[in-house]
Amino acid sequence: MGKHVICRLEELPPGSSRRVDIEGREIAVFNDEGRLAALGNRCPHEGAELCHGLIRQFFAAEGAGEYEGTGKRMLRCPWHGWEFDLSTGQSYVDPARVRVRAFDVDVAPGEGLSEGPYKIDVYQIATEEDYVVLTI
Amino acid sequence: MSDVLTDPRPETAAETATKVVDCDIHPSFRTPTEILDYLPSRWRDHARAFGIRPPNSMTGALAYPRMGGGMRQDAWPPTGGPPASDLEFMRAQHLDPLNIEVGILHCLNPGPSLMDLDFSAAYCAAMNDWQVDRWLSQEPRLRGTIVIPQEDTAAAVAEIEARATDPRFVQVAFVPRGIEPSGRRRYWPIYEAAAKHGLPVAMHTAPYGWRENTGAGNASFYLEEHYAVANPIQSAMTSLIFEGVFERLPNLKLVLVEGGFAWAAPLMWRMDREWARMRDEIPAVRRAPSDYVRRQVWLTTQPVEEPPRNADLKHLIRWLGADRIMFSSDYPHWDFDDPHRAFRIGLKPEEKSAILRDNARAVYGF
Repeated sequence: MGKHVICRLEELPPGSSRRVDIEGREIAVFNDEGRLAALGNRCPHEGAELCHGLIRQFFAAEGAGEYEGTGKRMLRCPWHGWEFDLSTGQSYVDPARVRVRAFDVDVAPGEGLSEGPYKIDVYQIATEEDYVVLTI
Repeated sequence: MSDVLTDPRPETAAETATKVVDCDIHPSFRTPTEILDYLPSRWRDHARAFGIRPPNSMTGALAYPRMGGGMRQDAWPPTGGPPASDLEFMRAQHLDPLNIEVGILHCLNPGPSLMDLDFSAAYCAAMNDWQVDRWLSQEPRLRGTIVIPQEDTAAAVAEIEARATDPRFVQVAFVPRGIEPSGRRRYWPIYEAAAKHGLPVAMHTAPYGWRENTGAGNASFYLEEHYAVANPIQSAMTSLIFEGVFERLPNLKLVLVEGGFAWAAPLMWRMDREWARMRDEIPAVRRAPSDYVRRQVWLTTQPVEEPPRNADLKHLIRWLGADRIMFSSDYPHWDFDDPHRAFRIGLKPEEKSAILRDNARAVYGF
């Protein structure tokens, strides 16, 4: 448990995603137009890696031809298209029974990161750069 | 509520080590014109001048808006080209991690259904040469499916004879939407040639063929077409039964690919009931229809049925018989199934290994 520095922010540019393996978990981390999000990496349906999924806006429809963007962002599984709320992991397919776990992920300046409580396995922290920090 | 409905990790070490036979992999050309390199110059010129025209050329093979272009979104090779056009990436993404000991290729292609029968024969031969050159000679885990110009019976038999001595080809492809129902006599020499060589006949519900995708005409929507793929192979199976093909050729093996399997058990019940009442019309069909299915027909799994109660899948499998079902992934298409996650329903270990590997080993003699 704890906070993990997973990469430099510049290594996760807007529109990109990556898989990280921490404490026996596979986690998919996304940079959705500058906002970071993290979900368990495996789709509960058949286990596809969600880090390869597409992110789109969720549209709500009152009826045919009547729709509007909700501002909510959703992740679409790369195989069968199951959709999950990017911030909560809630399923749009079967909300009562299905979700993936969401994790907190933030940007932190390098300054101060080399002190606790962060776990830094790989990175030499440079104070002038920003880092992606995942909490599990 | 747990994180996930089904734990993604294999349940046991034995499962991790389970080798899998995948009965449906779709290789792709690197470029749309790659097949031209495998055609003799006479037909290459023909293709350039007149195009490659199956009878449904008015709508094309992809008349429907397939999910994500029809592909798994993670299957695009990093080196470029379409999914399943790069053997190295297919190994890394599919064959290696899923522990696939044999993967059988199905080339979805217009060759068997081209209206110009001489071009049909040339195109099918080119597809077979392409399979050898690009895949079978490069990767020993892959096996080929002989593509035949099925509407020209003599040419189709000649193509089977030309490939049957190559052990890398393990079956014959037959498009179930042919000019006539699949069991009619024009096709019997094809089945005789396949049976003679011990080659199963595989019917994949390809987007091509002479007939519409349902018996009542073309479906309007992709959702409808995706479901309708069961329709032609049900018709093909019943046609082979009632035209007496299985009775005449007890060694013929029929493999039905990508049309589902849940329908097979109730269809057998119904056929048996009607046969018991009305068999005098077709005395040549001496056995109950389900006897032929249980002796000579196998069905592949993908896209696996997903009942609202997942556990009900077990009943479907047991009604049909776990010995009739063979795993297929449909890689790299969007509706791909994972061998270790599509059957998390408490099957007995021997049932699971039968579906994932042993039935295919027996059918194909691996």
